[in-house]
Amino acid sequence: MGYHWNWGVFLARVPSGETSYLGWMLSGLETTLALSLSASIIALVMGSVMGVLRTVPNRWLSGIAALYVEVFRNIPLLVQLFIWYFVLPELLPSGIGNAYKQMHPLLQQFAAAMVCLGLFTGARVCEQVRSGINSLPRGQKYAGLALGFTLPQTYRYVLLPMAFRIIVPPLTSEFLNIFKNSAVASTIGLLELAAQGRQLVDYTAQPYESFIAVTLTFMLLNAVIMGLMHRLEAKTRVPGYIGGGT
Amino acid sequence: MISIRNVSKHYGSFQVLADCRAEVEKGEVIVVCGPSGSGKSTLIKCVNGLEPFQDGEIVVNGISVGDPKTDLSKLRAQVGMVFQNFELFPHMSITDNLAIAQIKVLGRSREEAVGRGLKLLERVGLSAQAEKFPGQLSGGQQQRVAIARALSMDPICMLFDEPTSALDPEMVKEVLDVMVGLAEEGMTMMVVTHEMGFARRVANRVIFMDQGRIVEDAAKEAFFGTPRSERAQQFLSKILQH
Amino acid sequence: MNDFDWSSIPGALPFLWDGMKTTLEITVIAVVVGIVWGTLLAIMRMSSFKPLSWFAAGYVNLFRSIPLVMVLLWFFLIVPALLESLFNTPRSSDTRLSSAMVAFALFEAAYYSEIIRAGIQSVSKGQISAALALGMSYAQAMRLVVLPQAFRNMVPLLLTQGIILFQDTSLVYVSSLADFFGAAYKVGDRDGRLVELLLFAGAVYFAICFSASLLVKRFQKRVVT
Repeated sequence: MGYHWNWGVFLARVPSGETSYLGWMLSGLETTLALSLSASIIALVMGSVMGVLRTVPNRWLSGIAALYVEVFRNIPLLVQLFIWYFVLPELLPSGIGNAYKQMHPLLQQFAAAMVCLGLFTGARVCEQVRSGINSLPRGQKYAGLALGFTLPQTYRYVLLPMAFRIIVPPLTSEFLNIFKNSAVASTIGLLELAAQGRQLVDYTAQPYESFIAVTLTFMLLNAVIMGLMHRLEAKTRVPGYIGGGT
Repeated sequence: MISIRNVSKHYGSFQVLADCRAEVEKGEVIVVCGPSGSGKSTLIKCVNGLEPFQDGEIVVNGISVGDPKTDLSKLRAQVGMVFQNFELFPHMSITDNLAIAQIKVLGRSREEAVGRGLKLLERVGLSAQAEKFPGQLSGGQQQRVAIARALSMDPICMLFDEPTSALDPEMVKEVLDVMVGLAEEGMTMMVVTHEMGFARRVANRVIFMDQGRIVEDAAKEAFFGTPRSERAQQFLSKILQH
Repeated sequence: MNDFDWSSIPGALPFLWDGMKTTLEITVIAVVVGIVWGTLLAIMRMSSFKPLSWFAAGYVNLFRSIPLVMVLLWFFLIVPALLESLFNTPRSSDTRLSSAMVAFALFEAAYYSEIIRAGIQSVSKGQISAALALGMSYAQAMRLVVLPQAFRNMVPLLLTQGIILFQDTSLVYVSSLADFFGAAYKVGDRDGRLVELLLFAGAVYFAICFSASLLVKRFQKRVVT
């Protein structure tokens, strides 16, 4: 096979000369990190609120949360992203829609991808939070109420602290999914890591180096996050608690 | 102190409680017993509004539990409850378990709450365990902490829902000893239990339930001497065989 | 705010249906191959022969740590060229559909193998002991006692993963292959009716996936009781 490996390609200048190809990759990594972290916050907030609502004794509130989950779980991420990016600006009142369209394209792409990923993952987090709460013994809620806590206080001090500890492992995998799914944002032109890798293939004749570098970076990210979450799990572990319950 | 008036409860067509009537005076200790599924746990959970009921009325210290206008949290803060499975909060140390409701519900300062908690912990003989977590204690120790937690709210009466049923036999006594001590101090208590020795020792009256009904409500001596109902007699003879 | 104009959809239905057929083709092939390959991976992973279990673990962790989009790009942009240079096949043939099928099958196998492994491990060890105590051989115990229970536990998860896969096939968009979503996008782009076509595509996906997940739930209830 007549391929000429050239790992030095990353140090070559890009056509406009302002940076090297390595610079492109790093800015792609930055975008991936910024997008994934901001989407994670949205997912965590949205998922927690909706997850709690799914367990409260009120048909309307739990119905709203169930609707949210079904809608965001049953439409492909790519379709959701295109709807946020191409459709929503058209549906908004013209004032807001036009203001949105006049934003810097990069900001538009970033905002659409962030909200899309956040709400998409939030639906999954919601289900985790719900199952975490439901896995606690029913007596825990009774015990909180019997001490005179209001229902919100019972969630705040009794149910949620345990529920979140229980769901750290599944939350870890949702968190990892956000990083992986952020690559879908390349389809609306956001220059995150995968898109920069692809751009490198177009600009240089070194596709293998570029793809290997991007793939390894994603694997590294994955390993780092997993390590951090394991530390979180160890730190929040409850002494003597074996899990499950009666 | 506690007045249960014609209380009925059903899930769909299944009758859980049928026309239950009982009075608990201040300082009285009432033991509720009966076969499993007789509704005794449901009845005691109705007293502090953990279980809703459809008909009748329960009045605790002059406050109607079923009234939608009643601030249930405020009422529950005055009624201590101890559960079959202890229900300590596993993510908090023993000290925090004792202090959290005093701080968040009664508005006590942390200092005051911890002081009160530790004093009660000493009373149940567990001062050395203050910094441990519930999962590190035996069942009997956890239940004693749970009693101390309920007492830390300075309740006007105490409800016990099968407090020794989940315990290994050798731990039953340490929990009953604490309960006997409380009874002798004059605490108003409603206790769902099969521990007839406890009933003989400190109960004023025994209530026997079967199939959601209060079949018998008699002074201790009368109940153990000559229970009127056949079911209560059967129940007692079965219990004694264990 | 534009007024909606859905008129370009009826005429495009045959084209969209062709796209849906492509979507279903990729999904079915990937599910079948993915489950077969995934089962093999799960068995390898639990094997006491270390190199086999290392290979399976490495494979699963590799595919689970990189984005599906990256895997697809590898198979659309890099692998065909690699195969060409290795085997000197002619460049003319359009390998995108087969590339997509291979990519999804290999990728999903990693996820299926984890589901299958968890399913087997969810059956308590006491069950094997009980079967052996009755005089069954290890193979009999697996076949008659463990696997039927494991299968019951994991069928709902396998089906749910199939629904996720069905949704994920839309990502073949990166190779501009006309699956259902690709077809909808192309029609919308051609007629200047992207908004309507995207909403239509979203509604169709929702209807299919929501009904499928209801069926899975019903099935799950029947299996459990």
